Amino acid sequence: MSVVPEVAPVREAGRFRSMVDLYVTTARTAVSQQFQYRTANYFYMFGMVAEPVIYLVVWTTIADQQGGSVNGLTAGYFAAYYIVWTLVRNMNIVFGAPFWEHRIREGDLNRDLLRPVLPLHYDIAYFAGWKVVVIVLWIPLAIALSFLFDPALSPNAQQVAAFAIAIWGAYLIRTMFQEALGMLCFWTTRGAAIFDLWMTLELLLSGRLVPLPLMPDWVQEISRFLPFQWAFYFPIETLVGDYSNAELVRGLLAQLLWILIGLAIFRVAWRFAIRKYSAVGG
Amino acid sequence: MNALRVSWLFFKLGVLNELQYRVNFFVSLFQAAIALVTGLVVLALVYSHTEELNGWSQPELLCVLGIQILMGGIIRTSIQPNMTRLIEDVHDGKLDYALTKPEDSQMLVSVREVRIWQVVDVFSGLVVLGVGLSRISTSVGPDDAAAFAVALLLGAVLIYCFWLFIATVAFWVVNMWHAVELFDGVFQTGRWPVGIYPPWLRVGVTFLVPIAFAVTVPAEALTSRLDWETLLFAFVFAFALFAATRWFWGFGLRRYSGASA
Repeated sequence: MSVVPEVAPVREAGRFRSMVDLYVTTARTAVSQQFQYRTANYFYMFGMVAEPVIYLVVWTTIADQQGGSVNGLTAGYFAAYYIVWTLVRNMNIVFGAPFWEHRIREGDLNRDLLRPVLPLHYDIAYFAGWKVVVIVLWIPLAIALSFLFDPALSPNAQQVAAFAIAIWGAYLIRTMFQEALGMLCFWTTRGAAIFDLWMTLELLLSGRLVPLPLMPDWVQEISRFLPFQWAFYFPIETLVGDYSNAELVRGLLAQLLWILIGLAIFRVAWRFAIRKYSAVGG
Repeated sequence: MNALRVSWLFFKLGVLNELQYRVNFFVSLFQAAIALVTGLVVLALVYSHTEELNGWSQPELLCVLGIQILMGGIIRTSIQPNMTRLIEDVHDGKLDYALTKPEDSQMLVSVREVRIWQVVDVFSGLVVLGVGLSRISTSVGPDDAAAFAVALLLGAVLIYCFWLFIATVAFWVVNMWHAVELFDGVFQTGRWPVGIYPPWLRVGVTFLVPIAFAVTVPAEALTSRLDWETLLFAFVFAFALFAATRWFWGFGLRRYSGASA
């Protein structure tokens, strides 16, 4: 028979404060850890920058061939779109679904489960801290790309403010859905195929491949009812496009809605998943 | 000669090892299908807005896509797994096991791993290439086909040299986990003919990272755009880069002091 130790219930206020403390400390740890790996982080960024540069070059070539624009989008717009893209893509890197497989297989989850809060909190806090490093490292890269490609970018103050919020909204949306998808790893060890499929849908429907207006109408229609574009096209457009203030607010609210939907799916999936779990190693 | 025999043995061993995991074949197949569909969608999207891209028609770019997938398959079957293992071994200090063997160290670290199921990509690339070719009006003569085979081989050698170069950097920069992402990202440039890139990038993907030689040059051979000078140059370049990489490998190796393996 085990003895359950008496624990004094934590008051609401104290709980909130310790949660904030957890977030700040974890994020700080991430900042100092990731700054040590500057070179590795830069390598990663360089590999990542190849993708938007390819899209940019292809669409600029087409725009030039057609006398300056495709569907009304100019070369300057494409340059601005894909340079802002690089930051949004970086914000989109979260604790991805495939990592859950690693977490379960290596037994890391056993340790995480012993902690009094969900692993989700650590993931959000840690990657948020990492983002700070990423943004700092990104700035010189963005300046270099701007010199090379001449973007047409003239946002007003409201747009800059909305962008500053929207990139974090994008981060949270993608975190929620990736974590929820990661729950599949509790049932199968071959989630990779499903994750690939998800990534492909995301590539096509989020605005990662091309600005959504270049897609056929029916694709735009479908993507309106999916979370993808709120983590990609919307944040980019807040800075690059010409949204009115009302549209900016509506967009941010849509992001909030998708964060909550993602969180709800994760909570339900987590409840089933953790019942399914049995420990291996540790 | 001995080197060939050892490589062949490692190859057989690797294949046998992989054949145990048959479901992986279907996973590979599924992933190849997704990659293929994505590539086709992108092409369709581009050509829904234009007739030709920098002088390349849609079927011609289909050939480029096929060759890129094919080359990607070759890389992921035999080149990349060896290089990532090399990077890991340097990190963990396990490279000692390879270095203490009486064979040439560069050869050994280049043949230890085989991911045979990735061969699916080679076939999928060939199919795309076949479809692309069947839609091009000009026929492919035997000399074009021969030039293509040579260009493809030289391209693979150049990619191998480049990968070994990156992996050797691990002797100095121990944390090279992102090398695969770096390479995959840059390799995507091969999906388009190098001619569309601005000059600074064209030089980059031709000489710094030899993607142009690995994909565009073979595609040029099949679409009758290739001249003999380019092929000859590819040959000389492959030879020079191989020599340079071999020197660099030896240079890096002298830095390696091993760890508690």
